[in-house]
Amino acid sequence: MTRPSWFRVERREALTPWVVFSVSFAAIVAALLAAGIFFKGYGVSPIRAYGLIVSGALGNKVGLAETVRRTIPLLLCGVGLTVAFRALFWNIGAEGQLLVGAMAAAGVALFVPLPEMLRLPVMLVAGFVGGGLWALLPAFLKVKLGVNDVISTLMLNYIAAFVMQYLIQGPWKGPTARGFAYTDKFPSSAILARIPGTPIHWLTLILGVVAAVVAFIWVARTRQGFEIRVVGENPDAARYAGISQAKVILVAMLVSGGLAGLAGVGEAAGIHRMLLAPAKLSAGYGYTAIIVAWLARRNPLAVIVTSVLFGVIMAGGDVIKVTLGLPFQLVNVFNGLILFFLIGSEIFMRYKVSIVWRRS
Amino acid sequence: MEKRGGMASESSVRLAVQLEGIVKRFPGVVANDGVDLDVRRGEIHCLLGENGAGKTTLMRILYGLYQPDEGRIILHGEPARITSPKSALAHRIGMVHQHFHLVATLSVQENIVLGLSEGSGPFLRSKATRARIERLAEEYGLQVDPAAKVWQLSVGQQQRVEILKALYRDAHILIMDEPTSVLTPQEVDSLFGTLRTLVDDGLTIIFITHKLDEVMEVSDRVTVLQKGKTVATVNTADTSKTELARLMVGREVVFRLEKRTQEHGEVVLEVSDLHASNDRGLPALRGVSFDLHASEILGVAGVSGNGQHELSEVLTGLRRTTKGSAFIETKDLTGCSAREIADMGVAHVPTERIRVGTVPSMSVRENLILKSYRTSEYSRWMLLDEKAAERNARRAMQEYEISAPHDGTSAGNLSGGNIQRLVLARELCGSPRFIVAAHPTYGLDVGATEQVRQVLLDQRDEGAGILLISEDLDEIMQLSDRILVLYEGEVMGIVTCEEANIDEIGLMMAGSHRQEGEL
Amino acid sequence: MSWQSWVISTFAFMLSYGTPLLLATLGEIFAERAGVLNLGIEGMMIMGAYSAFVTAYVTGNPWFGVLVAGAVGCGFSIIHAFASITLRANQVVSGLALTLLGLGLSGVLGRAWGGRPLPNTLPEITIPGLSKIPILGPSLFEGHSLLVYIAILLVPVLWFVLFRTRIGISIRSVGEDPATADSLGVSVSRVRYLSVAFGGLLAGVAGGYLSVSYYPAWTEGLTGGMGWIVVALTIFAFWNPAMGMLGSFLFAALYHLSFRLQPWVAPELLRALPYLFAILVLSFVSRGTLQRKAGAPSALTIPYTRGQD
Repeated sequence: MTRPSWFRVERREALTPWVVFSVSFAAIVAALLAAGIFFKGYGVSPIRAYGLIVSGALGNKVGLAETVRRTIPLLLCGVGLTVAFRALFWNIGAEGQLLVGAMAAAGVALFVPLPEMLRLPVMLVAGFVGGGLWALLPAFLKVKLGVNDVISTLMLNYIAAFVMQYLIQGPWKGPTARGFAYTDKFPSSAILARIPGTPIHWLTLILGVVAAVVAFIWVARTRQGFEIRVVGENPDAARYAGISQAKVILVAMLVSGGLAGLAGVGEAAGIHRMLLAPAKLSAGYGYTAIIVAWLARRNPLAVIVTSVLFGVIMAGGDVIKVTLGLPFQLVNVFNGLILFFLIGSEIFMRYKVSIVWRRS
Repeated sequence: MEKRGGMASESSVRLAVQLEGIVKRFPGVVANDGVDLDVRRGEIHCLLGENGAGKTTLMRILYGLYQPDEGRIILHGEPARITSPKSALAHRIGMVHQHFHLVATLSVQENIVLGLSEGSGPFLRSKATRARIERLAEEYGLQVDPAAKVWQLSVGQQQRVEILKALYRDAHILIMDEPTSVLTPQEVDSLFGTLRTLVDDGLTIIFITHKLDEVMEVSDRVTVLQKGKTVATVNTADTSKTELARLMVGREVVFRLEKRTQEHGEVVLEVSDLHASNDRGLPALRGVSFDLHASEILGVAGVSGNGQHELSEVLTGLRRTTKGSAFIETKDLTGCSAREIADMGVAHVPTERIRVGTVPSMSVRENLILKSYRTSEYSRWMLLDEKAAERNARRAMQEYEISAPHDGTSAGNLSGGNIQRLVLARELCGSPRFIVAAHPTYGLDVGATEQVRQVLLDQRDEGAGILLISEDLDEIMQLSDRILVLYEGEVMGIVTCEEANIDEIGLMMAGSHRQEGEL
Repeated sequence: MSWQSWVISTFAFMLSYGTPLLLATLGEIFAERAGVLNLGIEGMMIMGAYSAFVTAYVTGNPWFGVLVAGAVGCGFSIIHAFASITLRANQVVSGLALTLLGLGLSGVLGRAWGGRPLPNTLPEITIPGLSKIPILGPSLFEGHSLLVYIAILLVPVLWFVLFRTRIGISIRSVGEDPATADSLGVSVSRVRYLSVAFGGLLAGVAGGYLSVSYYPAWTEGLTGGMGWIVVALTIFAFWNPAMGMLGSFLFAALYHLSFRLQPWVAPELLRALPYLFAILVLSFVSRGTLQRKAGAPSALTIPYTRGQD
């Protein structure tokens, strides 16, 4: 293969954190520039637009609260995904796991007789277990039958959404329905408290941060985490060392799905306080979390930062819709561009391109 | 015919292939070191040698997969440049590889036609193609159903498809790389019949092998290669298996390491009647039995592909057996998982040190506890003990002279020699009583090689029983107390190092049982 | 409602709703047969829908709109091909990124076009003679656009290409065993690029059909997740165009019936069936002999590098 003589491509020897960071950063900048072209096309100065996003999402109380609200499910799902991705299991199903968690929590909230004090804790457990089981299913299928993880998790998203739709239109339909289907409101013992005046359900937020820290320690410092890393980095060596790939995948997916399930509990019991249409309950958090986890390079701690970034983007999308009249769909364009430049930039993590100065 | 340079003799017209002074270098090794080869038209010519002798490399050059660094190729008296397999096929050279180039889910006919652009546009002239395939099959005894999917065929039938592929492309020179290693005896007979028919029709066949029986049975002439050089070319009729074996392995063994004679201790490993299959489901081990004692190195000699790999996997829990047992004291290894075996104190230095033996993206420190991380030494409750791991790493790096900036360096950044030192450090800590060392010095430089061999000897002096698998006969001769030769999954014989005679071992490696005398 | 009109409406819907499914599924079958998973179908379909609508509106020619839709889908898929094949990036993520982009772009650009009526839509045709057949006639041969019949005709054509031509052999070998194909002189990159581009073309046309014939209209999110059903249908079709047709029409019929059967069966559960079936199919054909006979192309989602082992 002939290459032009004015730049040289060589394999990178070592992948330092600096390289990872700078390449990722460059990708985001490139995405922002590309999106900027968009704004130009609408006759809006990109600088003004970005300025509005930042100030709108971070610069005032309401915006900040919105950002945090979006961050919570992204954080929980994102942390879970980093664990799954570390074990080389492509969990595209966080969205479905989130919905199942929400359904499990709603079931407990509305239909299970419990002493008042226990209701919320049981809901959280139910959400974790629900999401976890929904994730264990594709894990089992892969381990036992070799079913492709991407497809099975993806399909299960839709099955979960349809089941939820069925529940709210059928057996769980609340008498207060008004053209749109939803369940009854959750009783007060089943509601996650919010910081007054904001949509921030702080318990799940704390859970998210704790999960990030615990997951980080778990993966980096424990026996099981060691096994997850070996399986993800070199499955052949894992087999040679006697590490069971099956066990590792099952555990990782249980955790991944469980955390997404918790995010579902958060949305159901914290934000909406009822179960409603899947598309309204989750604004695609499970899918956005994939980008969150990818950008965090599968590091649970870094998810804290990246989830905030995407929270800003989502809140910013609202701001732009209101102030500039641009559609919310712009957020998808953003996310798509970022993700695209991210994966496009990965080749720069494997290869180093340097310019060769030739003396004529 | 105009003769250009080089051989201007009359006989060159009868030569189908002439390779002159072929040199091919790879990083760290000279695979072909000035090899000459003459193949006459219409003959079956065998290329004989151990692994690493350079046979496959030489043929890959002829087939255009590699380019020679020096030397030239002359086909039918005309110099030729073969730049790719397509170019080789244009020169009517075909090759049947050891691992078939067939797409399993496509049919025979589709595989034969794959990659051909017959100028008839995008459509298959299915009937015409099928008819031609059937004609070729009929003519040369290569019957196979053109509509059958390749995965449904037996290995022997798949090989026929490979041959048909070459014939369909009008190959006149057919190279076959170890073709019988995957065949049953009946299929071998069938293949030989086909080869003779092909040759009667004027084709030339070059046959890479290490099996002396076959050389004697089917070839007209044979060229023996050793360590990248041509040793001799003889008429098969004028030679014997013994002579060929001697040509194949005979040489001065270069240097001897300090090896103290050891009294070997009690039996550490008792292997009885071991049977196992390889990845394709064919039998790879057929009733292997032997004992391994403490303070002993048992070298397993044999050309690669005769069951050594499967033996090492069976003894380390990476492959199931179909029959037989392997006892360490009272525990039968054949029923245990890799984890249980590792916990029993069995060390495994794997053939592929990077792909299997390490996790290249993880640090030296972590690779060193790849198996021991679950012991109480390195983990309390669920947490890994970082400090203990660090201490271990420092000790190991010093003791085994692992050269790396620090213990946090990624294992993938280390040189081959250092990676092997890492593997040894990991496997040998804790004084294992049974060590499986598979090709431990493969690809290492001289210094690292010597060091690794010394380490193994030291372990043996300290009481370990070592099963040493190696393609390097010198290494086996130097290090082993006893030598076991594997051929086609059977033990051909076990000799002590005093009795060991390299010619005899060569014979066993190439298929004769120990009991047989001169042939 | 008489049972005859039931059947008629189901068959009619089967054909009209099933056509975009069929087109996109045929395209994805080709891409996956070559070894590339394209999760960006939804994005390509909706961009096709948008560009077809705008083109048809502006030029007054709906066929031209369909053409442009195909080109747009093709262009989008080439981006995916570039990322997956040349850059060897993760195919799943690349596809998802393109879906997001497609959804976002079409939503943003299409805002001004929502709700506008399209004056010239694809003409509905009636096949003389056949349309007189009782029940089947009015449902299958009357009131559909030409594109529907083109799609149906594509099925045997594409089946033939895939299983009876040299190109088909190359495609299948590249998706099954790229190393072997490469060693025999087949250009793995080129075949994959072409297959993915073809898949994108059909996905774009499928989207175009929606906005210029089926509804016809443009709104944000017009495709409503059809692209994901296509992913499931490709599996249900066992990567075979003929089965793809069966699956597309079956699902379309089921979708229609889910409304009609509402009093007896919850429609959502019926609509979940294609996804469920896809998982069931995979459960059986991912290992062993069935994998060989009917399973996914072995090299699906794995980027190919020569000499890598």
